[in-house]
Amino acid sequence: MTQPRVLVIGGGLAGLSATMRLAELGVHVDLVSLVPVKRSHSVCAQGGINSVNAVTRQQGDNEYKHLDDTVYGGDFLQHQPPVKEMADWAPRIIDLMDRLGVPFNRTPEGFRDQRRFGGTLYKRTSFAGATTGQQLLYSLDEQVRRWEAEGRVKKWEFWDFLEPVMDDDGRCIGAVCQDMVTMKFKAFSADAVILASGGCGLLYGRSTMSMICTGSAVSRAYKAGVKYGNAEFIQVHPTAVPGADKLRLMSESARGEGGRVWVPRKAQDARDPKDIPVAERYYFLEERYPEYGNLVPRDIATREIFDICTTDGLSVEKDRLCVYLDLTHIPRETLDRKLGGILEIYEKFQGVDPREAPMKIFPAVHYSMGGLWVDYEKSETGGLLEGSPRNQQTNIPGLYAIGECDYQYHGANRLGANSLLSCIFSGLFCASGVIAGAKKNTRDETSPDFVAAVKRQEERHQAILSRPAGESNPYDIHRQLGDIMTRTATVVRRNEQLTQAYDEVCQLENVWEHCSLSDTGNWTNQNVVFTKSVGDMFPLAKLILKGALLRDECRGAHYKPDFSMPGIAATEPAEQKAEAERWCDRFEENTRKWLKSTIGVHGDDGHPVITYEDIDTTLIPPRPRLYGLVGGEVIEQVWKERTEKAVEPATVG
Amino acid sequence: MITASTTTSPEVESNGKLTPQEIRVRVLRQDAPGDESYWQQFAIPYEPNMNVISVLQRIAAISKSQDGRKVPPVAWDCACLEEVCGSCAMLINGRARMACSSLVDNLFEETPGEIELRPLTKFPVVRDLSVDRGRIFHSLERVKAWVPVDDSYDHGPGPRISPEEQEDAYPLTTCISCGCCMEACPQFNKIETVQREGETDDDFDTRKQTAYDQQFLGPHAISQAVLFNGHPTGSMNADERMQALTGRGGIQMCGNAQNCVAVCPKRIPLTRSIARAGRAATVWAIKKFFDR
Repeated sequence: MTQPRVLVIGGGLAGLSATMRLAELGVHVDLVSLVPVKRSHSVCAQGGINSVNAVTRQQGDNEYKHLDDTVYGGDFLQHQPPVKEMADWAPRIIDLMDRLGVPFNRTPEGFRDQRRFGGTLYKRTSFAGATTGQQLLYSLDEQVRRWEAEGRVKKWEFWDFLEPVMDDDGRCIGAVCQDMVTMKFKAFSADAVILASGGCGLLYGRSTMSMICTGSAVSRAYKAGVKYGNAEFIQVHPTAVPGADKLRLMSESARGEGGRVWVPRKAQDARDPKDIPVAERYYFLEERYPEYGNLVPRDIATREIFDICTTDGLSVEKDRLCVYLDLTHIPRETLDRKLGGILEIYEKFQGVDPREAPMKIFPAVHYSMGGLWVDYEKSETGGLLEGSPRNQQTNIPGLYAIGECDYQYHGANRLGANSLLSCIFSGLFCASGVIAGAKKNTRDETSPDFVAAVKRQEERHQAILSRPAGESNPYDIHRQLGDIMTRTATVVRRNEQLTQAYDEVCQLENVWEHCSLSDTGNWTNQNVVFTKSVGDMFPLAKLILKGALLRDECRGAHYKPDFSMPGIAATEPAEQKAEAERWCDRFEENTRKWLKSTIGVHGDDGHPVITYEDIDTTLIPPRPRLYGLVGGEVIEQVWKERTEKAVEPATVG
Repeated sequence: MITASTTTSPEVESNGKLTPQEIRVRVLRQDAPGDESYWQQFAIPYEPNMNVISVLQRIAAISKSQDGRKVPPVAWDCACLEEVCGSCAMLINGRARMACSSLVDNLFEETPGEIELRPLTKFPVVRDLSVDRGRIFHSLERVKAWVPVDDSYDHGPGPRISPEEQEDAYPLTTCISCGCCMEACPQFNKIETVQREGETDDDFDTRKQTAYDQQFLGPHAISQAVLFNGHPTGSMNADERMQALTGRGGIQMCGNAQNCVAVCPKRIPLTRSIARAGRAATVWAIKKFFDR
């Protein structure tokens, strides 16, 4: 049989690693991207990539602990076999990237250096300065260019994915895309299609994401029938630098290298931060989380920073919420060597040298843990069966999703430096299964399915272009949508606000239906491309709000104060124990009710239909997530007794 | 009180330095390749802490020229907005730089109240400020800017590398392929290939790339060739890279104007790379001569 032809949508880490592996296996790849692939959003990843390594292994670390940190950090909301497989592959992936020429920082002896990241006590994170994502992406870009030179890969850069095309059996046989320069439409016939289109942060208006992270490709797949998992789990990164056009990420590696978060104990203390004595500084993360300190998982750090500013009123500035992220105690030379890239960003955009003065930072929308639902096939050892066509396949046969746009790896909260890993892993790993599952598609682009799909897209395009001049414009609508989403569906969520936000988003969607364009031409019309992407933000926004509204609990990044489980208030040991018992009862009940993935399907009326999916927790039983919770040690003790009791009969028998 | 936003700190404003009420932006526009270019003036309200990206975003949202005429929004390329994707290079007040990291308050020190935006001149205009920089990526292919690994299977780690070698290579790996160095280079000239009537897209692409192959690689690709020739595995096909560097449009085209290093937004030591490539080319030519 001739080698299959695969269409890959998106050229970030996931899309490029899949393309590289597929090309190597003899497959012809058409690679579609909104921008030249070297400019994909993966370049913005800074801190590093996680894996067990020679040093941590000798300190007691292993792949199982990486798995455990990932699922505990993610509050158990992910199927465990894919995470196990990812953790198992991690050391090989770092080795591979090392061979591809990624300039990882080195120890004096010439080994790869590692640093600590959030949610773990081991130094698992390999890094290349503070531009690790850029370096990883470039290495893959180079390998793909090599295959392009051989004629195995054809890139379609500045092309917009519009819809997947299915045959009568519901199998994906290609897609319709649009050239954003000539505005021409084209059908791509393929034996399999892989979506690797990244996150959807732009629907929050400003975020740490690139302007291309509109989520439009994912939304278009969702509207075509692909299920979407855990939409409400949006990571808000604890440390970003607010700006008029975007919120620039300040990597977790700043804390991994010893950066400390603090606020003056006196609200809006007007002194130069360097003149404030240590006793008058509140290192609130270190005080509240003695074990993990500044490196608690992101959802917790974010809530604490948010709280210290809003509830405690200790924001450094009155009009602009922010806290200090302080690196000034670390030698300049170390900072330049290990964090140069991010410090330059701060210096360039804020005009202040972070080696001399503490940075001012605040949380910002950063990553989507949720995404397109994908399948997997479990192996006998509890990981994944390599080469199974089910791995990373959506509910539409022949259509796959990898990288940030799938829902598979990070549960309710992603650990820092796990995203680069999940992107490269899912890309490399899926390739053999994609080939095994590929069905020879004999329809070419002139077949009726493709012709009809192209016609549909041309009509939608023309309809938008020919709208009568109206009052509203897509840029204002986008800003309003971002305001609603940021206000109601980020750090703290309340049902009445979510209900209202859902109505507002629906109304705004109606406004969008009538918004008019300022450019009706047919050459490099960025106005119409943007307008379409804004329109496609609404289905995802509704999915996020609906999922958040229905989920009456706190889990990872999803925090509803009305359903929170505070720590132990009692001081007497007996009372503490009784309270911990009640806490554990409630935890068990909550686990039964809510330890489930939210699955959204696009309804015919435009509203999401939500169901829930059980989670495979066969490797690590769910346990209370107790980072720094008051009375956590009592709860842990009670929980331990319960689990021991539960397994006793089995061990005795 | 010290504020993070020193570029427009209130002190400066209270010291009597005028904060402009509006920003006047002159944009050199062009509707499509081959069309005449024309100037258009915009006026938008001034806000503190703006960069050129937010200026262009405001222009897109109002879509009106200064005289109140409704005009199509200005086309331009951008993505990351933090100077790491390389998309938004343009001529800002006549200088090649990134729109995202060009802060309005700093630009006002050059031309108070006014900003002039033009597309890069060494690349064909697609529309307005958006140019076709395909040649940049093609030049990476010409110098085989990659490590020639056998495959992507597990073969253990890469070669041991000293921290000194890593620190030497690292700056070169931060190149964002923006095109500023080529814009500034007097030896790098624009190549504009126009699709012929009836010519297929594939044929057009081939013709375009053939035209690129005849002309100067530019500082960016030379520096990448030096990067890979310095990598233990990359050096295994150093010969092929030297061939490209010494062939037509190679290192000999460099006139040593040193403009490239002056405009590089990432402050990459491009002239150091060019000097290294030049020395390596000489050695390689002598070696070739004796190997005949």
